[in-house]
Amino acid sequence: MAAMFSQNPLMNGAHYATTDAPKTNDYREHRFYPYTDNGGTTLAISGADFTVMAGDTRHTSGYSINSRTEPKLFKIGGTTADQHDATIVLSVCGFAADGNALRDQLDTICKIYRYRHGKAMSANACAKRLSTILYGKRFFPYYVHAMLGGIDEEGKGVVYSYDPVGSYERETCRAGGAGGSLIMPFLDNQVNFKNQYAPGSGVGHDLQERERRPLLLDEVETLVKDAFDGAAERHIEVGDSLQMFILTKDGIEEKILPLKKD
Amino acid sequence: MDHRPMAWGRPRDDVYGAYDASYVRPNDPTQHTQQPIVTGTSVLAIKFKEGVVIAADNLASYGSLARFTDVKRLRTFAGTSVVGFGGDVSDMQYINRHLTDLTLSENYSSPDEPRLSAANLHRYLSKLMYKRRSKFDPLWNHILVAGLDDEGAPFLAATDLLGTTYSAPSLATGYGSMLAQPIMRRHAPDEESAAQLSQEAAIEVIRESMKVLFYRDARSMDRYSIAVITKDGVDLKEDEQLEGQSWAFADRIKGYGTQTV
Amino acid sequence: MFRNNYDNDSVTFSPQGRIFQIEYAAEAVKQGSVVVGIASKTHVVLCAIKRNAEELSSYQKKLFTVDEHVGLAIAGLTSDARVLSNFMKHQCLGHRLTYGRAMPVSSLVDLIGEKAQTNTQMYGKRPYGVGLLVAGVDEKGTHLFEFQPSGMTEEMVAFAIGARSQMARTYLERNLDKFENASREELIQHGLKALKESLVQDKELTVENTSVGVAGAQTEGKKGIEPFKLYDGFDVQEWIESVADGPGAGDEAEGEGMDVDN
Repeated sequence: MAAMFSQNPLMNGAHYATTDAPKTNDYREHRFYPYTDNGGTTLAISGADFTVMAGDTRHTSGYSINSRTEPKLFKIGGTTADQHDATIVLSVCGFAADGNALRDQLDTICKIYRYRHGKAMSANACAKRLSTILYGKRFFPYYVHAMLGGIDEEGKGVVYSYDPVGSYERETCRAGGAGGSLIMPFLDNQVNFKNQYAPGSGVGHDLQERERRPLLLDEVETLVKDAFDGAAERHIEVGDSLQMFILTKDGIEEKILPLKKD
Repeated sequence: MDHRPMAWGRPRDDVYGAYDASYVRPNDPTQHTQQPIVTGTSVLAIKFKEGVVIAADNLASYGSLARFTDVKRLRTFAGTSVVGFGGDVSDMQYINRHLTDLTLSENYSSPDEPRLSAANLHRYLSKLMYKRRSKFDPLWNHILVAGLDDEGAPFLAATDLLGTTYSAPSLATGYGSMLAQPIMRRHAPDEESAAQLSQEAAIEVIRESMKVLFYRDARSMDRYSIAVITKDGVDLKEDEQLEGQSWAFADRIKGYGTQTV
Repeated sequence: MFRNNYDNDSVTFSPQGRIFQIEYAAEAVKQGSVVVGIASKTHVVLCAIKRNAEELSSYQKKLFTVDEHVGLAIAGLTSDARVLSNFMKHQCLGHRLTYGRAMPVSSLVDLIGEKAQTNTQMYGKRPYGVGLLVAGVDEKGTHLFEFQPSGMTEEMVAFAIGARSQMARTYLERNLDKFENASREELIQHGLKALKESLVQDKELTVENTSVGVAGAQTEGKKGIEPFKLYDGFDVQEWIESVADGPGAGDEAEGEGMDVDN
């Protein structure tokens, strides 16, 4: 009977709120499944004195597009509701309702921190706290791939990425969500210069790795756009618009670029 | 003597006979909604220049049975917003009572003017839905909230039984998301085009979409409710009839069920 | 002093219909240094005199930011005020989470009113020993509320509580008709002038002992409110200088103002 009120009768499994799991030939267990996947991809790259956070704005259920303009990136820890003076950006990908709950919880914690201590939370304090929040729901996790971007106490760009239960790591770059596995190898090659060698340095063990250097902001912006164009081409849950936050010591700049809408 | 905890404080069976257990609360596990029973089908809504149009038919189905044919699935809130319900009808009625309570307490604390905008209401409902799904006791609905936001701009957003929320120039729940949404998106692909749409055009799009749904959705009906929300308030009509139906196309449908030629 | 049989707890009336413990709590408010609040159509201002226990100690905080749209000024026990302020902070955050809007100021004040009232009706409880001026803006404009330990709350155009506050109130009453259309700067100056009225002979407003808090309502052609902001130290210097003794600095009130303090 539940099928009458379905998002999409073609879909089943993780995309669908109820699972019909045949247990034996005699019994059919029918139970409420509290998760869904709303698709989309996020990407974060940290530079010498900046961080770029990016995400597409498509929101899906199964094969349906719910919205073309639903953000996955949220400014965190400003003094006001419009977050005009925020210094940290949270990106969440996966189950959007959990993502919103996580954003609200983290922002509230940042506001209380500011009230108690009279200053904004630092990026690494916020990162640790986010890990604790996620682990706090270890046995009913927030089904999201979260990333946190900011500027650290030395003025360098930082990106932290998380698994759904709070394991986290500081990284130079990370792509997450539906198109994460499509973008990540591209980033390995283009950001960390993996599998790039000095021309003419020989073969086998003689190969000299291309020397690593921090990328410039406009190089990163181009990379991000290319990465999302690629993911939008090959993944149905990625597309519509690319939202980009550029974090520097002067604040956060937002850019919206078009992506394929098909 | 029965020393087991469940016999504590009860009359002795050997003196008074077996205890009538129907008087005490059964120890069964509490049950939550696992599936919708009486259901409403799609809700449609589209934004236009000065407001939002929203519609849903008046049918409540019991499985494939068209059980109740006069169920209003749109409800106004504070005279400034409209909530449209798809999914379980008893859960809809529960939320309805809840919203009435909310109106009452809101009117008590600020009697002179309504202060909860459609945006505030949507936020509240989505928190309610998300909280219930987190308790594994969902309210089995897909809800559209239409009205104006805090700045007075047209507002339209959805929330479902999982607490997922999204907003777009046009929205549809259930089969509407597959049958009506493409039609509506042709008229309002983005916010800019929705802001160009006239009220008459928006109403016409919704009426056409309701007709397509009636043609194709077996759990739909040709009597429906439609509401127009602008800054002047809500214009809700609860007993509209689908006009200008044409079933000429039905002849040409082949390849379903037992029909093979 | 005669022995009072009816002041052992806050739940017993005297035969005259008084509850002495509540009246004593109201006395605690008068021990605190003076705070002034004024509301115009567009802005609401709080001004306070901070005291230091001794030369070597720091100045006790008098103004608190509760949420971006609400601030408060305290007179009385600071520790009790902090409890109320924390409570209000959490109520405001909770309201933002569930409704996505700023909590209406009157609802917020009603909550602390109720909280304080229960303390006066339960055996073993003590009334709050603090009075508050709550200043805020919401969609209905600017608000100034007075709060007393009895649980009484009342909306005011302008008010002062704390030590020698009668002098400040006299100033406010005399200038009442100027407030409604006063500009932001004029309102602050009125607040500081009212403060000055309450000062003892040899004391003056200084950058160390003066606090100012301002919030502005949403006005035509402006998006959003002006969030409540605290000004201390050198930020208040110009305002103090602008109301420094000289022609026109509250001289009309001077003649009778002296008689009031007895």
